[in-house]
Amino acid sequence: MSNVATIPHSAVGEWKQPSKGVVGMACLIIAEASIFIIFIVAYLYYAGKSLSGPTPHEVLELPIFTSICLISSSITVHFAGSALHHGKRNATSLWLALTVLLGGIFLVGTGQEWYQLIYHDGLTISTNLFGTTFYSLVGLHASHVIVGLIMLSLSLIFSLTGQMTSAHSEKLEVLSLYWHFVDAVWIVVFLVVYVFCR
Amino acid sequence: MATQTTAVVDRTVHAPRGRVFDVVKEWLTTVDHKKIGLMYIGYALIFLLIAGVEALMMRIQLAVPNNHFVSPQTFNQLFTMHGTTMVFFAGMPILFGFGNYLVPLMIGARDMAFPRLNAFSFWISAFGGFLLYYSYFGGSGMYGAGSAPDVGWFAYAPLTARVFSPGHSTDYWTLSILVSGVGSIGTALNIVATILCMRCPGMKMNRLPLLAWLYLVTSGLVFVTISPLTAAQIMLMLDRYLGAHFFDTQAGGSAVLWMHFFWIFGHPEVYILVLPAFGFASEIIPVFSRKAIFGYPAMVAATVGIGFISLTVWAHHMFTVGLGAPGNAFFTFSTMVISVPTGIKVFNWLATLWGGKIHFEVPMLFSLGFLFQFVVAGLTGIMLSVSPFDWQLGSSYFVVAHFHYVLVGAIVFMIFAAFYYWYPKMTGRMLDKKLGQWHFWLFLIGFHVTFDLMHIPGLLGMPRRIYTYEADRGWAGLNMAVSIGGAIQGIATLIFVYNLVHSYFKGKEAGADPWDAWTLEWSTASPPPAYNFAETPTVESRRPLWDLKHPNDPDSKYEG
Repeated sequence: MSNVATIPHSAVGEWKQPSKGVVGMACLIIAEASIFIIFIVAYLYYAGKSLSGPTPHEVLELPIFTSICLISSSITVHFAGSALHHGKRNATSLWLALTVLLGGIFLVGTGQEWYQLIYHDGLTISTNLFGTTFYSLVGLHASHVIVGLIMLSLSLIFSLTGQMTSAHSEKLEVLSLYWHFVDAVWIVVFLVVYVFCR
Repeated sequence: MATQTTAVVDRTVHAPRGRVFDVVKEWLTTVDHKKIGLMYIGYALIFLLIAGVEALMMRIQLAVPNNHFVSPQTFNQLFTMHGTTMVFFAGMPILFGFGNYLVPLMIGARDMAFPRLNAFSFWISAFGGFLLYYSYFGGSGMYGAGSAPDVGWFAYAPLTARVFSPGHSTDYWTLSILVSGVGSIGTALNIVATILCMRCPGMKMNRLPLLAWLYLVTSGLVFVTISPLTAAQIMLMLDRYLGAHFFDTQAGGSAVLWMHFFWIFGHPEVYILVLPAFGFASEIIPVFSRKAIFGYPAMVAATVGIGFISLTVWAHHMFTVGLGAPGNAFFTFSTMVISVPTGIKVFNWLATLWGGKIHFEVPMLFSLGFLFQFVVAGLTGIMLSVSPFDWQLGSSYFVVAHFHYVLVGAIVFMIFAAFYYWYPKMTGRMLDKKLGQWHFWLFLIGFHVTFDLMHIPGLLGMPRRIYTYEADRGWAGLNMAVSIGGAIQGIATLIFVYNLVHSYFKGKEAGADPWDAWTLEWSTASPPPAYNFAETPTVESRRPLWDLKHPNDPDSKYEG
């Protein structure tokens, strides 16, 4: 006896639905993008409204090298994904290691920039509106880089110990979506903070 | 072709009740969407009662002029806690609870897309509610008596600055909202992924039950709505703890920016709360009219339209700030435009009723109440959208009456309808009909006595948030009546709670499909087994159970 609602018609043809990992990550990215938009709006709104110095023009320098590192890590993580897809474990590890390295360089660069700003230029989050909006926006982005690096390092460990196989390529794909998002946000932050409002 | 079909079979099972410890452990560690849904609902009901008591305390204070039932300080805490609790810890979790429970069942799935994320989201939201109320004990630091936050539910700057809100009560408020926001994003993400990726074969998007469609749009709104609030709360924390200047006017910061950020969250939030209520109405009204929903594609389109337009109306909460002529014109216009898709929905529900064979069961009573009250609430909304009118009545009791008409008259009525409609599915027993009718009529009377009359003191100039008033203002009689209405609603709610408990033990056995309904959740046992469906169902139309019951005249013949 069948006791489920089965409809007396021919079976449905091919039944394909989107991958839930990708959909879930897309939702997270929309939510995160909204948070960033609010911080960027605050940055733009307060640009040039600080009552005291230092101003962005006086203290900010273009972080070109570290930005190039971060953006290229988007390419390397993509190669890691396609290497895993084709079952090349060593190549996967190599590309992942390179991604972590490039992300790490970016983070070190941010750290040096902040050190310079705090100890030499005397700019902290409470100095003026520029400090408030700068540290919170760049810091929000940096914290996303840190989360991404932790996840990528875990993937690297799994890859090195051989626990990651091509069966996991969709999961790495989802993680690389997040990493692409972090990089894309940096392009916007870079343009807003270092180009338009400097 | 032609698989074996049988009518829906009642497979209600009575599991032996385990030892207390096993039961507790099972609920604490569960990742089952039905158990998590029920926990959401139970948790929300507790907060609904707490916030209801807070409302009644305010009504006692305001019932007569020059009253000293509570101090001004306590009164400020009461309206802050009432608003925050109702929105974040009663409204959101109860709707997420129903969504969690119903969405997988309605689309023929065995669980949500991410069950563990689901459990995480529930527990972190629950922790948020705990944090908020912990402020009563820890708000002034561990050394002394606590104090709840008293900055109002929208916490305008500079009230939230350290100078004006010393101690930690405002921080508990901030943290509780931050933390529960994380839970909301998690659950919304889960609902979207479930609806897009877990539908049973044949459940195309244009066959999705309307409730699932409305939850899809609501969840989409959560991403772009709760996140700005999270961002604003992070800024407030930075201001309070690291000396940042986001909302510090002394250093060039802007108090108005907080208002924008808050209402970019705050107005779409109303739609996050009301869209699931629309979903309940779209499921319940057709079943008790014995007709398919009128204008399914228009309903979906109107829902998506509401979702988008709701993002453009926030500054109508700020007309009194002075937005300038272009701002006033734009937000008046967008606020009026949103009544168009909402009107489409109302007319479709009316057209569903039209010519139907209406069964006045308790869920239907609440749905009809919802329909008329929602129209009235919409009309006062259009009045307030006219910015010169709003300048006169902004921050008056007219506004309070308007939004309670939406929140209570529409949303709470539909939540009650949903309880009466789906309680049999969740527990296997019917809610008592007689008690339900008492609940409905008492609540209806209490609601109208309170909120119809509340408009008038607003028109007479009574501002919101005052803790008392002089006897010569001409508001006294009306306020007394409003308070009496509040008490009637309180009694009605107690009847409802009694009914919930009583019917769980003594209610009539429901069977799988007590309402002769058409969506998939009624095809499995009540309460459903952990795996929902023994076999994954296949659907051919929007009303799979109609097709099953009427094999000679299935819906699939008519749906394009």
